[in-house]
Amino acid sequence: MSRLLIRGGRILDPATGRDEPGDLLAEDGRIVAVGRSLDGRGAEVLDAEGGWIAPGFVDLHAHLREPGQEYKEDIASGGRAAVAGGFTAVACMANTHPVNDDPAMTDYILDRARQDSPARVYPVAAATRGQKGETMTEMAALVEAGAVAFSDDGRTIMDSGVMRRVLEYSRLVGVPVISHCEDRTLVRDGVVNEGAVSTRLGLPGNPAVAEVVHVERDIRLAALTGAHLHVAHVSTAGAVEVIRRAREAGVNVTAEVSPHHLTLTDEACLGYDTNTKVAPPLRSAPDVAACRAGLVDGSLDAIATDHAPHAQHEKDQEFTEAPPGMIGFETAAAVVLDLVRAGELSPLELVRRLSTNPARILRRAGGSLAPGEVADVTVLDPDRRWVYEPAKGWSKSRNSPWAGRELVGRVVATVVAGRLVYHADRGVLVP
Amino acid sequence: VIGRDLLGIEDLERSDIERILEAAVHMHEIGEREVKKVPTLRGRTVVNLFFEASTRTRASFEIAGKRLSADVVNFSPSSSSLKKAESILDTARTLDAMDPDAVIVRHAVAGVPKRIADVLEAPVINAGDGAHEHPTQALLDLFTVQQEKGRIDGLTVTIVGDIVHSRVARSNIYGFLKLGAEVRVAAPPPMIPPAVETLGVKAFTSLREALDGADVVMALRIQNERLAGSYFPSVREYSATYGLDRAKLRYAKDDAIVMHPGPVNRGVELSHDLADHRPSVILDQVRNGVAIRMAVLYLLAGRRRRAAGEPGDAR
Repeated sequence: MSRLLIRGGRILDPATGRDEPGDLLAEDGRIVAVGRSLDGRGAEVLDAEGGWIAPGFVDLHAHLREPGQEYKEDIASGGRAAVAGGFTAVACMANTHPVNDDPAMTDYILDRARQDSPARVYPVAAATRGQKGETMTEMAALVEAGAVAFSDDGRTIMDSGVMRRVLEYSRLVGVPVISHCEDRTLVRDGVVNEGAVSTRLGLPGNPAVAEVVHVERDIRLAALTGAHLHVAHVSTAGAVEVIRRAREAGVNVTAEVSPHHLTLTDEACLGYDTNTKVAPPLRSAPDVAACRAGLVDGSLDAIATDHAPHAQHEKDQEFTEAPPGMIGFETAAAVVLDLVRAGELSPLELVRRLSTNPARILRRAGGSLAPGEVADVTVLDPDRRWVYEPAKGWSKSRNSPWAGRELVGRVVATVVAGRLVYHADRGVLVP
Repeated sequence: VIGRDLLGIEDLERSDIERILEAAVHMHEIGEREVKKVPTLRGRTVVNLFFEASTRTRASFEIAGKRLSADVVNFSPSSSSLKKAESILDTARTLDAMDPDAVIVRHAVAGVPKRIADVLEAPVINAGDGAHEHPTQALLDLFTVQQEKGRIDGLTVTIVGDIVHSRVARSNIYGFLKLGAEVRVAAPPPMIPPAVETLGVKAFTSLREALDGADVVMALRIQNERLAGSYFPSVREYSATYGLDRAKLRYAKDDAIVMHPGPVNRGVELSHDLADHRPSVILDQVRNGVAIRMAVLYLLAGRRRRAAGEPGDAR
């Protein structure tokens, strides 16, 4: 019998509304008790030192690059970076090489994860074969193999008829269809948010309306089909508004927002740093404010990193050529703590959006500290100052706009299934 | 004192611009001598790093460097990412190891000179990057207007054409505004950059209104092949609406001058007649380009080499 006692922290459990000082005791992978002065005889003891004790963070959106692009990341390095960022589970997108559009590939990813990843890995399968936007994948077989959702992600399904059938058919398996909402005919060659910044930079603009019209389309299709639509990385005030109205009207839509879209504006692109190039692009200050407001009022459910590793030589290219995306696991918690410091979210409500809500969207265990739940736990010191150096991080890639920046708030320890898998002073401990 | 590099007019102070224009007066004078050469940059190496094809600008920089006795090397890596074996930053690092005294960079993508300057020891001069900036073009335009009008302060400058894709427009907008002119842009609506008024200009779709009271009219090149059908319906309609000829020029001031960064699409942006005769000053612009580039090379490449950590080390 293995026992782990996490002692002396602030228990934050959005599932039960609990926010009070206490300990947490796990036994054989499950939470057995939460409360004051628990008896930890025979248990491994982890001192939380006044930090937050939260249900493990669940990332709805990440790119682990395996198979096919292991020079950027693999399941082992991605899984380590995830737990170092407090994520006990990550959903990995299907744009691997080959694409995860087949049960054998889903199986392979899960097999690699079991061997190599300290974090739970939830494969998101492609919605269409080869992510070509034409023929739907074998959703029943993929879910059977372990797929948790369907998405063509950055290869947005532009054919509305195909998207309608994908959404309709997804009702058979009851998992969400995740949509990267950008109308490619409006995006064209745009690489930064269209506006004053794109004009100053002289780079092709990607207009906010490209996202808004696509979110509107997908919501109409979700309303028509009754399927669960999950909107990936919302970045615009317009999309937040469309989603808010749809939820009021009872449409089965959920949505996520990334740490970068909550805290950085397109002005971060002014030095042509390709680590600020991301899809959708960093937007204007009013868009950032609207995303924050949407996260606070519940129009947006969850924070998801869109962790997207790319190699240095790829980011060393011209701004138009460099691949979009930034790594995000290890900085996410510190970055989004900004909403707590700004008084916009309570610690409990922030944890809800990092853990409880994303677990619920994927219909997975976790997101709760109630006795009997899986012992996936994140311990976070919200005040700890540190300088983020990607080279010392766990990801294989270094493409972060926060490189070299001082951040406030750091994951102290991460527990998956009752096992301590990461400790800030000791590094990643298993496998 | 101007900075280490010349990446854009946006980064310059009014006094920096005035200093370059002053230096160009002397350089202009050298160009009028029988022996058009001074030893100022003897023993210095200037590299023309042109990722994007250019004849005119490259020749202008080359002549400028040679008149100052610099050794000028032309380096034109392919800018096609398919053919490319190394990233732009690899190219820059390779070049840096050869220890040049100045590197002049042109690239079809905005921001490349800035990123190269970030890794290079030598000063970088932007010879045009995508739709971002073309600072020496703006400086030669300012110099030409100064020559023609005796001042820039208080003038009204109207830039006509493909503003959204134009680095010349951006650099001139910053330059003329910093020297006290009013700047207007006129274009078909799709060619007016988003939020252009944040740069401090007034945008017009009516050429007539934009020209009203203008002292300087600058027409920009239209890239027919790429843009017709998406940014405007046809070259014929563009020419009829925004092409400058003597009839349309009457909306401007009587003594207005006409400028163009070249090469001119005759009969599209400018009528044949205007392309060749006053009040257009196109060949003066070209001539002044050499003087401006000499001035910039003199001010940047002529500096004593910095030792790391030395006082005045701009990094």
